[in-house]
Amino acid sequence: MTVKPILEARGLMKRYGTVVAMNGADFDLMPGEICAVIGDNGAGKSTLIKALSGAVTPDHGEILLDGQPVHFRSPDDARAMGIETVYQNLAMSPALSIADNMFLGREWRKPGIMGSVFRQMDRPRMEAFARQKLSELGLMTIQDISQAVETLSGGQRQGVAVARAAAFGSKVVILDEPTAALGVKESRRVLELIRDVRARGIPIILISHNMPHVFEVADRIHIHRLGRRLCVIRPQDYSMSDAVAFMTGAKLPEGVTEAA
Amino acid sequence: MSTVDEPTKTISDFEATLNKADTAVATFEKDDKTLTHVLRAQLRKNPTLIPALVLLVSIIAFSIVAPRFFGMGALSTVLKQTTVTGFIALAQTLVILTAGIDLSVGAILVISSLIMGNLAVISGLPVFLAVLIGFGFGGLMGFVNGVLVAKIKLPPFIVTLGTLSIFNALKLWYSQSESIRNADIEANASGLLWFGQGFNFSGASLSYGGITLILLAAALWYVLNHTAWGRHVHAIGDDPDAAMLSGINVDRTLISVYTVAGLICGFAAWIAIGRVGSVSPIAFDTVNLGSITAVVIGGTSLFGGRGSIIGSVLGAFIVGVFNTGLSLAGVDDYWQMFAAGCLVIVAVALDQWLRRASQ
Repeated sequence: MTVKPILEARGLMKRYGTVVAMNGADFDLMPGEICAVIGDNGAGKSTLIKALSGAVTPDHGEILLDGQPVHFRSPDDARAMGIETVYQNLAMSPALSIADNMFLGREWRKPGIMGSVFRQMDRPRMEAFARQKLSELGLMTIQDISQAVETLSGGQRQGVAVARAAAFGSKVVILDEPTAALGVKESRRVLELIRDVRARGIPIILISHNMPHVFEVADRIHIHRLGRRLCVIRPQDYSMSDAVAFMTGAKLPEGVTEAA
Repeated sequence: MSTVDEPTKTISDFEATLNKADTAVATFEKDDKTLTHVLRAQLRKNPTLIPALVLLVSIIAFSIVAPRFFGMGALSTVLKQTTVTGFIALAQTLVILTAGIDLSVGAILVISSLIMGNLAVISGLPVFLAVLIGFGFGGLMGFVNGVLVAKIKLPPFIVTLGTLSIFNALKLWYSQSESIRNADIEANASGLLWFGQGFNFSGASLSYGGITLILLAAALWYVLNHTAWGRHVHAIGDDPDAAMLSGINVDRTLISVYTVAGLICGFAAWIAIGRVGSVSPIAFDTVNLGSITAVVIGGTSLFGGRGSIIGSVLGAFIVGVFNTGLSLAGVDDYWQMFAAGCLVIVAVALDQWLRRASQ
């Protein structure tokens, strides 16, 4: 009857010199859910996320994917295991086309001698795949898949980045502040996109400072404080001001004593 | 997708009216249809259009000023004169696409040619072996540049400024400041001169070196546009952090770029021996800046990420056309440098304008 978490972290520690960024941090992501991670600046939530996406290797503790311990030495390792991250700066190359960006670092090659000897990319197949993925997420108002990413608006770029993650992230998609740089309308569009990705069965970790957005889309909210998980709440049970109070330390959730 | 959400529990009041708003956020509006917009968009899509037009216009202009200029004879002379600069410009394009710069290309070329000449003429090694060793040393010197840039994380300008000086010293030490005369090469290792030969084709005398330049440019164009490596080179120049997060091995790609640039310089050394007919430690001292000039005129951005191989070849031709054209028109030599300087400034100004348009 208990659902096993798809991705979990146990007792992660990370120290930068004398600064303790993670102090025994735990984390759970259930299948098919949107789990938001909130926390004050300096609470160590970005270090936690970097550990989960492979950008940081924790000093202690373990990460389990599907119950199996995994060790990421680079974002590549995490990606190979099906964990895709959409970084706040989107990690896209403005001068390259939408299709080239979606396949950056994992290009498909043509079959036969053109691919094996001349290493030619299979552009038609890559573009067809990119087009298909974008239209699955309702983004196919993009007319030209070969147009440069720099010609897109902020919301459109975010859309392409989310589509890239959803297309290749077979297990988990991590979104770092996806609405931070967007206007009201574009944010709404991206939130819908996030729901669409969940509807396709891919669980999402959402890092955001925007409380209304978090409360709107998240199934559970992980509150990070002082380098560890303070509590996990359901958005139905608490108000936004409660959440802010928890993450700033103004108030403690019931049953939690803050062991400093 | 769910365009109209059921009013969710916590949807904020200030967003409540959004349901009535236009939901077509992610549509892609067409660019303004003003002439400058269309022009900019076209130029941004086809950056080689500018150097191609400039080349065409300058050929026509010089044909009017100096009637002797128009004809296969003069044009094939331009190709011959730009062959070596063209090769170096190809190497330089690769490096500049990664937002780097290589000031040591000329020195690598000269050292490689000295190694080839010394081994083949003085030590009496078979020509192909001497060429192979010189070629290998070119790659090695490029590799050193690449490791310093990628692993020690030094700015490419500083690295190659340093190696330029080091390689210059090494070439004087290795050659003892002595040249290898044409007569000695012809007598002992005529294979070194092969690329200087050629054939006549309806009034134009084409050298094998010039033809090889075109072939190599075509090969590099293919690699840059149709292989993953080529895309990675562009991505690294565009935004190295984004490239790294996308899973590109930035260090390895950078080292490979500088190594390939060194290999091209090593190969250009063989071409250069054929072109000049002798080997001298003080030859090709202007090829560094000449190659950067050609690349920039060809529309490749010094800030990395955008540019083209074809443009660099065209850029080298433009400089060659100006030099040949101005001297046929009876203008003093220093005005050739003046013209090249103006071309560079105009080219960079154009690049900035295109960049602004893309924001």
